[in-house]
Amino acid sequence: MGGAGPGAADEHRPVTVVPGAVPRRQLCFAWGPAEVLVCETLFGRAGTGEGAPSTSRVFVVRRDQDIYIQTLRKLFNESHGIFMGLQRSEEELAGKSRKAQLVQVSKNYRSVIRACMEDMHQAAISTRDPALQGQYSTQVSILSAMELIWNLCEILFVEAAAAGPLLLRLLDWVRLHVCDVDSMVREVLSSENPSKHKLFWNLGNTQTLTELELKWQHWHEECQRYLQDGTFASNPHMESICKILLGDEDAILEKKELMTTWYHFLVTRLLYSHPTVKPMELRFYAQSSMDLFLGGESSPEPLDMILMAAFEFEMHQVIKECSIVLSNWWFVAHLTDLLDHCKLLQSHNLYFGSNMREFLLLEYASGLFSHHSLWQLGVDYFDHCPQYGRVYLELHIERIPLSTEQKALKVLRICEQRQMHEQVRSICKIMAMKALRNNRLGSALSWSIRAKDAAFATLISDRFLKDYCERGCFSDLDLIDNLGPSMLLSDRLTFLGKYREFHRLYGEKRFPEAARLLLTLMTAHIAPCSFWMTLLTDALPLLEQKEVIFSAEQTYELMRCLEDLTSPNPGSAPFQDDDVETTKVEMLRLALARNLARVIVKEGTVEGS
Amino acid sequence: HGDVSAKFCSRRSADALRPLPPRLQSPDVFATAGTTICDNRISIWSSGDLGNAGLNGEYHGEPRLLCDIQHNGDVMDMQFLDQERIVVASSTGTVTIFRHHQNNQTLSANHRWEKAHYHVDQDTSCGGAACTGVVCSNPEIVTVGEDGRINLFRADQKDAVRTIDNADSSTLHAVTFLRTTEILTVNSIGQLKIWDLRHQRNEPSQIFSLAGDRVPLHCVDRHPNQQHIVATGGQDGMLSIWDIRQGTMPVSLLNAHEAEMWEVHFHPSDPDHLFTCSEDGSLWHWDASTNVSEKPSFLHQGGRSTAYLSHSTINQSVVSAWLSNDPTKDRMEITNLIPNQTLSVNSLDVLGPCLVYGTDTEAIYVNRQLFA
Repeated sequence: MGGAGPGAADEHRPVTVVPGAVPRRQLCFAWGPAEVLVCETLFGRAGTGEGAPSTSRVFVVRRDQDIYIQTLRKLFNESHGIFMGLQRSEEELAGKSRKAQLVQVSKNYRSVIRACMEDMHQAAISTRDPALQGQYSTQVSILSAMELIWNLCEILFVEAAAAGPLLLRLLDWVRLHVCDVDSMVREVLSSENPSKHKLFWNLGNTQTLTELELKWQHWHEECQRYLQDGTFASNPHMESICKILLGDEDAILEKKELMTTWYHFLVTRLLYSHPTVKPMELRFYAQSSMDLFLGGESSPEPLDMILMAAFEFEMHQVIKECSIVLSNWWFVAHLTDLLDHCKLLQSHNLYFGSNMREFLLLEYASGLFSHHSLWQLGVDYFDHCPQYGRVYLELHIERIPLSTEQKALKVLRICEQRQMHEQVRSICKIMAMKALRNNRLGSALSWSIRAKDAAFATLISDRFLKDYCERGCFSDLDLIDNLGPSMLLSDRLTFLGKYREFHRLYGEKRFPEAARLLLTLMTAHIAPCSFWMTLLTDALPLLEQKEVIFSAEQTYELMRCLEDLTSPNPGSAPFQDDDVETTKVEMLRLALARNLARVIVKEGTVEGS
Repeated sequence: HGDVSAKFCSRRSADALRPLPPRLQSPDVFATAGTTICDNRISIWSSGDLGNAGLNGEYHGEPRLLCDIQHNGDVMDMQFLDQERIVVASSTGTVTIFRHHQNNQTLSANHRWEKAHYHVDQDTSCGGAACTGVVCSNPEIVTVGEDGRINLFRADQKDAVRTIDNADSSTLHAVTFLRTTEILTVNSIGQLKIWDLRHQRNEPSQIFSLAGDRVPLHCVDRHPNQQHIVATGGQDGMLSIWDIRQGTMPVSLLNAHEAEMWEVHFHPSDPDHLFTCSEDGSLWHWDASTNVSEKPSFLHQGGRSTAYLSHSTINQSVVSAWLSNDPTKDRMEITNLIPNQTLSVNSLDVLGPCLVYGTDTEAIYVNRQLFA
């Protein structure tokens, strides 16, 4: 299941042995976003119940090794910036300026690949661990192949170089990746009549195709004459050069060892025989070059097939082959996106509905989500997948491990920006529960406020009230005293705030206000019924004060509350009828009666001098 | 604002950066925290290499890694204790002092307080609670965390000098010194609290909060010279300036960022300048100095958004520019220092002419000519 490098053909899928799995057990599996869960079953090899019951283990098998290789993170991070720039770029620009813009984007991608190659190379030479060195070196060659392919695609598809400049670009391409062309060029330039050759090299933009062809023809004929005249007969070396210059394939093939690849051979051939080759003609020369070069000795490798597909202008084939050969979606996702922006891909609908560009971007971005910090890049990619991006994002974002509050905050911000309310609620609930379990009531409340989760706020308030009843005092006064408008999030929370206020007023000896508040809490039904007994008990000290606090009205109200609480109402919970409660009720009744007596006298008395 | 050299740190993501105080005739050095495949590392970089100076003295080179060391857990905050030692707060709840040996360019762990922050029960807790903020005033170190706990350490002592358990019922996000014996903390229910460490009571001496919704506060900084001026930033991206001598409400509320403001810093030697960075990917430079007209900064080319806020008068030389509400006179200039913002700017630090900041795209940026 491991990814194959460019050297492996399609049939030779490497087998991954799950280390630690019992050899004779059958394994079952389930796909995850970037990995496979593999589990040992009870069944033996033949499918019969050979296996004895024993501990079964679950393995996580990761496909995307690349995520975990250091320097590729730079590739992912930087290309993200380029990708975003491309998505946001001016679509209204038409024609040449748009093309120039797209070519620049392509060049930017390539320079990132090269920068990573450089870093990887540095890492390879500086490490002392041979295994690691091997890994780095492999990556360097993979990146090099990627750049090679991308560069060719840039020339043929993005820039769509026309005949004339096409060869120049191909020359540069080969020169960049294979250094030996220069040796031949040097030889030519050092020979006789360099000026004539200079003319040939001057394939500048100032000349039109026909001018170029004429000049080339002229030059070609001159070379031919030199050969036929036997000017170089005395010097076989010069003679062979002349033949090469004339595009004599055999002569060029003789120098095979100077050229490392068939595409090097191809470009050399074209340089000397068909410098004004048209893009559509490339395929023929490419095929024959490959055949001639390989000469039946070796079969083409995957890289060769990819390049051939490019020369044949089979974009889909290129993408398909690259997807198979490369173990990471990075390359195909970004290349396809670029080609899509060049309007080169017809909507090639895949059978499950989404188009190729989107499919590849979704795969790539999903892979990013398995990383603890690269997931943020994945979000942006999903944003630019119009059909399934949002669904994928919703599924992935809920599964990001929230190891710190700061990470949770980042995730929440992303969800809020995209109106993903379900996910906001779910994440806040997770964080609030965690906080609650750790006894961080303030944190829990803060998460509930963020999610506007009234139910959870009620839960937290109940916790506080429970603590109060058990301990006789409030914990976390700094929180309850400073609830502010968030108090209104839930009724229970409001009650908590107001109840605390009652205690404060009492502590400040503002008894009439405290009394009024206490009564309101019951009569306005802010307080839950379960708490009424506590509230009435809190009223006792107020009733016992020397000075009369509750008015007659208020006392009647209190009495009614007490009766409501104690009398068995149909449908309400039966009143606790134990000794303590009965004593309390008795005391309350007594206190209320006494207060009533005093207040009637007081109110009936005329305040006289 | 001079040349910004971007060192794309392929192996690092920067969570907190603290430049060393530049010593005479030695290169500027700064520390970063970052993550590799399987672990986190603290790194010391040099940004002050000579050579590669352009025509106008612009710096074109890249910061160079001097040394690094493995660190357990994500780095939540860091601060330099002195020229050589740096204190690091971890998401595992551990606080570590690292020493930078300049002679052979190595880092070593000097001292560690394990489980400085933890939930519920120190013995049974499997993971600690993240330590979210650390502040130093040699030899004292104060840390705060998600457990609502405040610790006071001394660099040479094994155990905490003082611990206030349950100082806060919510998460403490940041701490800074107000005076030598007083600290300021901000929490996730939008409160700014002053604690007097001389007193043995476990209560704050003062609590400030914003009116309205209890928006969590993430960062706090105190004016270097005028100790009653405090700046805070919160979840809504708003910058609040407080005068803690008067009232419990902020003096000004400035609409800044579109998302969480992660850090706020007064420039230590030029406190008319303030810097804030945010989840929205921007880093703002707030310039409250009175001679705005002399500064060429508002003549920048593209990608910068500038806005003007009215504030102080020339007469109020004693009163800080930050506190005035007078709209008639000079204006405050605000500049976004990041031309192409993408992901969050998590952290910044500023010293002298040098500004460093780190983003979620795992890059660190160094600007060595802040006031050019």
